[in-house]
Amino acid sequence: MRNFFKLASTTAVVALIGLSASAQTLVYCSEGSPEGFDPALYTSGTTFDASAHPIYNRLVEFKTGTTEVIPGLAESYEVSEDGLEYTFHLRQGVHFHTTDYFTPTRDFNADDVIFSFDRQGNAENAYNQVSGGTWEYFNGMSMPDLIKEIVRVDDYTVKFVLNRPEAPMVANMAMDFASILSAEYADAMLAAGTPEMLNQAPIGTGPFEFVAYQKDAVIRYTRNEGYWAGNTALENLVFAITPDASVRYQKLQAGECHVMPYPNPADIAAMSAEEGITMLSQEGLNVGYLAYNTQVAPFDNANVRLALSMAIDRQAILDVVFQGAGRQAVNPIPPTMWSYNTAIEDYPFDPEAARAMLAAEGVENLSMKIWAMPVQRPYNPNARRMAELMQADLANIGVTVEIVSYEWGEYLDRSKAVDRDGAVLLGWTGDNGDPDNFLAVLLGCDGVGGSNRAQWCNADFQALIDAAKVTSDPAERTSLYEQAQVVFKEQAPWLTIAHSVVFMPVRNEVQGYIVHPLGGHIFTNVSLAE
Amino acid sequence: MLKFFLRRLLTFLPTFIGVTIISFGFIRLIPGDPLLVLAGERGMTEERHAEMMSQFGFDRPIWEQYGNYLSGVIQGDLGSSIVTKRPVWDEFFTLFPATLELSICAMIFAVLLGLPAGVIAAVNRGKFFDRTLMTTALVGYSMPIFWWALLLIIVVSGMWGLTPVSGRISLMYYFDDVTGFMLIDSLLSGQKGAFGSAVLHLVLPTIVLGTIPLAVIARQTRSAMLEVLSEDYIRTARAKGLSPWRVNGVHALRNAMIPVITVIGLSVGTLLAGAILTETIFSWPGIGKWMVDSIFRRDYPVVQGGLLLIAVMVMVVNLSVDLLYGWINPKIRNR
Repeated sequence: MRNFFKLASTTAVVALIGLSASAQTLVYCSEGSPEGFDPALYTSGTTFDASAHPIYNRLVEFKTGTTEVIPGLAESYEVSEDGLEYTFHLRQGVHFHTTDYFTPTRDFNADDVIFSFDRQGNAENAYNQVSGGTWEYFNGMSMPDLIKEIVRVDDYTVKFVLNRPEAPMVANMAMDFASILSAEYADAMLAAGTPEMLNQAPIGTGPFEFVAYQKDAVIRYTRNEGYWAGNTALENLVFAITPDASVRYQKLQAGECHVMPYPNPADIAAMSAEEGITMLSQEGLNVGYLAYNTQVAPFDNANVRLALSMAIDRQAILDVVFQGAGRQAVNPIPPTMWSYNTAIEDYPFDPEAARAMLAAEGVENLSMKIWAMPVQRPYNPNARRMAELMQADLANIGVTVEIVSYEWGEYLDRSKAVDRDGAVLLGWTGDNGDPDNFLAVLLGCDGVGGSNRAQWCNADFQALIDAAKVTSDPAERTSLYEQAQVVFKEQAPWLTIAHSVVFMPVRNEVQGYIVHPLGGHIFTNVSLAE
Repeated sequence: MLKFFLRRLLTFLPTFIGVTIISFGFIRLIPGDPLLVLAGERGMTEERHAEMMSQFGFDRPIWEQYGNYLSGVIQGDLGSSIVTKRPVWDEFFTLFPATLELSICAMIFAVLLGLPAGVIAAVNRGKFFDRTLMTTALVGYSMPIFWWALLLIIVVSGMWGLTPVSGRISLMYYFDDVTGFMLIDSLLSGQKGAFGSAVLHLVLPTIVLGTIPLAVIARQTRSAMLEVLSEDYIRTARAKGLSPWRVNGVHALRNAMIPVITVIGLSVGTLLAGAILTETIFSWPGIGKWMVDSIFRRDYPVVQGGLLLIAVMVMVVNLSVDLLYGWINPKIRNR
């Protein structure tokens, strides 16, 4: 037996040396399996990491590490004065991947752009129902209502005509669902009677080519030679699917992977202290909040909401629930987002003042419910514990809190009700880095009875975000959103709790990795030190 | 024997129908709308929700949905996953060999160690070896799988560096699936060192998954042996002057095997339950983790299809165990 283990451990060492012998092979211990490889069909970040980021490009891209939109497959774009036409000028000489299952005969052009969007919105498109397409993001971002038509001006010019002005349109085009697929490959697969291959054996223009996927185990990619933005330093990229965070940590320590996402909060201190590991971090583009129901008394009174918010000790929540992996939220948008209003001051934690304010408003012996989510999310790692801390804080000012919870689907559904009883713990992770994606979706009048859990419809706030939506001047939009945040803070429809901090442990030999605020894990500019 | 087989087979049919009803009903009893779970915080409009309900057929009466499901099952169509959009059948058979390979190894591990341990403990009843073994078995039986797995990973892989942390084979080896069984495929690939790597990757998951069945088999073998060893015919065998090896190993063990085989058969269910945690911790791409993920996502077709296929597997194993009884003890065939 001892000999067996000796042999076995030798094999393990040889295996590791073998892996590192190919110096530019990066192993990423991903947290889960992709649902497929066509990003428009899915909504999970895990799927986007495995599909949209390595394999595909979009007309415009988010610059890694920021929410800034930069040119992608479109070299430039212009917006008509009325804000209804977006014309994209496409990059020439961009080739699709050549693999052992497909050889393209032409370069990327306008047909690919038209195909990539048409299949999502046009029920007549042969690909509309392939792979059970429900096109969640395309629908979720209101694209069917927004896009009137997509016009092929010439081989390298495409025009999107909108039904109404929509300033976040460009940011939407950088989202994963807007990835550009090969129309030629789609036609070939349709002709071969295997259209689902588009989702299973992807072809894109991105920095890495798909090689193979062993379900729930490994995904392999190789470098896209002749990539339009320059070859990647990495020759091979391997996703070793490792669902358990403790096991990912062990693999990182053992050198079986170079990068791992989502460490256990409890392991972060130990990881940071380890010699072979560098701990990267970045504030996530998210917010966790407690939404009062502003349509039910006494929570329809802004002073009552303010008093309750002042009675809750958020620092204790950050220490206990986030274990340091969070930052106290002042505004409803995260500080990494443009137009974040740095001039706004947060409410103090002041139970005495809170008690006095409640008394001044004539509120006595208040009983309320706090809804605690049954699931763990980046913006709220433990809602039950958070609710308990709030319950204790509010008891100090004479408010009795009952904590309630439902199954996740039920929770999301019931918390939308306009006459809902109680304040709801929930949160949001941004899709496209545009403030509209937070402020309009979560606090706009259209969201009442839906994604606006505070059921808050404020005329001043709405006028500001409406104006920001139809102007394409960034400075003007910034000013409008900054004012909107002031209104929000005065009215206090939510207690803004925290923005989580995303930690990303990487081995020291990994160079050039940047934590992306939109949550994706991107290896385009990464290399391994020799 | 044929009559016995057919009689057993007849009981298979109502069980199968019952399993389809339970697997269909089970996931629907859990509160939660699969489409709302799919949409998450983003939610969806009521029109969109209604459209998707209709697309997936969830808007039809429950009996009609069951009828469609049953007719699909009879035609071998288990539907497609709501999440991955791939046929349940394809997903199951892509992942099942990994679970089967691990379960077989775990069972071989449990039987190879459990049987002799139980026999030796029974023969040495009340002595130090017996007590130590039974205490160890009790500890093994009581050990939470995830804890045991993490402990082994930290000690054996992390501190001693003897085995890899997780996965089925080192990432340096890459070859296409032929059978889905990594031990066989790695041999077929002809790549030097691939088989060794596959074996090495199996060591810890096998120990973790095999621990509970090992404890159960050892305890069951011991008590069955103790019962048999007090029978008259054993005394007679001893009186005849047979060697202790022959008395214990042949006369006693064969008769003690019936309850032991029962336990081994029942352990298949335990193995599948244990596989859920073992697979998650060791990043083992099998059906255990697949089922758990599907339950959380309310992926109706996968849960009902997966449960059905797993139930059929367990039924086939139990049928085989029944047949084995009849073979070992002909008296049972006539009951």
